[in-house]
Amino acid sequence: MAVTNNALDVTAEKTTPVGRQQRWVARLTPSWMIGTALWWVIVLGFMLFFVVPVLWLLLAPTKSDHSLVHEFWLSVGGWTDLSTAWNHLLAYQDGVILTWLGNSLLYSLGTMVIAVIACMLAGYGLAVMEFRGRKTILLLTMIVMMMPNAVLVLPLYLQAELMGTAGTPWAVILPMAMYPFGVYMVFIYYSTNLPRSIIDASRIDGCNEWGTFTRIALPLGTPAVALVSFFSFTSSWNNYFLPFVMLPQTDQYPVTVGLNNLLTSTPAFNPTVGSSGLSIYRPELALATLMAVVPVLIIFLFNQRALVSGMLAGANKE
Amino acid sequence: MLFVLPYVLLLALFGLFPVGYAVALAVSTPEGGFAGVANFVAVITDYRLPDSLVNVGAYVLIWLLALMVFVVGLALLTHQRFHGFSKVARFAFYLPGALAGSAAVLVWMFMLDPTVSPAAGLLNAVGIETFTQSTAPGHLALIFAVIAFWTGAGGWIVIMYGALNNIPTDLVEAAQVDGAGPLRIAWSIQLPLIRKWVAYMLIISFATGTQLFVEPQLLASATFGGVSESWSVNQLSLIYAFQYGDFNRAAALNVGLLALALIVAVFVIGKVKLFDTEA
Repeated sequence: MAVTNNALDVTAEKTTPVGRQQRWVARLTPSWMIGTALWWVIVLGFMLFFVVPVLWLLLAPTKSDHSLVHEFWLSVGGWTDLSTAWNHLLAYQDGVILTWLGNSLLYSLGTMVIAVIACMLAGYGLAVMEFRGRKTILLLTMIVMMMPNAVLVLPLYLQAELMGTAGTPWAVILPMAMYPFGVYMVFIYYSTNLPRSIIDASRIDGCNEWGTFTRIALPLGTPAVALVSFFSFTSSWNNYFLPFVMLPQTDQYPVTVGLNNLLTSTPAFNPTVGSSGLSIYRPELALATLMAVVPVLIIFLFNQRALVSGMLAGANKE
Repeated sequence: MLFVLPYVLLLALFGLFPVGYAVALAVSTPEGGFAGVANFVAVITDYRLPDSLVNVGAYVLIWLLALMVFVVGLALLTHQRFHGFSKVARFAFYLPGALAGSAAVLVWMFMLDPTVSPAAGLLNAVGIETFTQSTAPGHLALIFAVIAFWTGAGGWIVIMYGALNNIPTDLVEAAQVDGAGPLRIAWSIQLPLIRKWVAYMLIISFATGTQLFVEPQLLASATFGGVSESWSVNQLSLIYAFQYGDFNRAAALNVGLLALALIVAVFVIGKVKLFDTEA
């Protein structure tokens, strides 16, 4: 294998039968090698930045507080420490963590079901029908979609106080089910993937509007249903501000707000709290955090494709 | 028409109505009379507001700079070579998005606690020995920017990567034939062609950044006064509503934030024309 730097000669490359290898060698210029070295340093460096905290969180609950402090961070603990942390966490306010997780599930699933129904119907209607006010609804959808969720939280709270709905699950479920991003995704989906001719054909065959939707559009729209479900579920599961403001009682908290409650009663970050026999230390706190993110983490791991295509919903339209 | 009804009802009840109600409260007295601009004057002259504005401003500035440099940089790098590994890398960047919200704040509190942090060596190297030193008031804007970057950058990298994929390959190939190196191609061809997406990212992130709430609120609870309860503007408006029960002034402060978000949204839709859906 006569591989030397002389292979830089690009003109020779195309004439030889082993062109592929030659071409590869031809790229081995000093600047290419420096570039590659830099590439790995930067990309691996950022991968560490993004992944190490996640790894730490996965490992921490398997260790005792003592080994968290004294052992190398990548060391793996054992079942004993994990079950100790689990028992301590369950003992906290009679297993309120399970109530929080249940609440999170209830709020997120409730939101998801309503959002999917409303978004599929509206996205379809906006994509295939002409009616008065259609443009206004589209414009409003985009405006609200562009506005950060947090800005509506206080107005929603004031409204709930006015109507007396503050403190009920509906005060978080219904506002979160108002999901313009989902409507926009479904609208884009049907605008680009549902040929008009199919709809016209079904109408000619005697289907009414509702029949066309349930028999034609909905079966073809399962990818859109999946997208809206994922995004709506994850965003409501992770929502903190709205339930924090709306739900005053500890047993109504979703787990995101529950974590805050745990934080205020542990000496993990503030020794002045003192150990009131609560046994919530760093491993317990890490376990609670992990339990709080597991559903979304699983969705992320197994639905990468769908999530990425959803993020690109706008980009593809370009 | 009936198809859009459920959504329109939701939009009217939980989008338009609360906004209208907030505006109405902002120009009213607690007794229901007309207050003019009195509530606005009261919140603007609040002694805590300048601090909150400076805090949020510093946070947004650091965050946007980080997004602009690193998101664009990493999208370009992973678009350029080693496509198999780049895919893995992009997923790694994206993964922390699953921890958005309070979980991310907790994870980063651990990361900033020198006794348990994997980066304890780094923290010690810059002279930080305790969690209290880590979360000193001067560090908070940077910390919140790091958390926001950690959870959100991956999604933007994926979007930028998609935008880079939309650039016709013959354009890049023509430049290569003309002898342009990767840096030259990135600077003269790829960057100008994804500029619109970079602008979009910065504008949207600016709007989100001004609404900062979860991070300072959680850190304030964990440190018991170590972090000011009115660190961000949104926290201040919540103090008005919860601690003083003064819904009118809370609404006035929020209307300011609403107006900002609305201007940004209308600007993006009108000017950047990213969502030209009727094409």
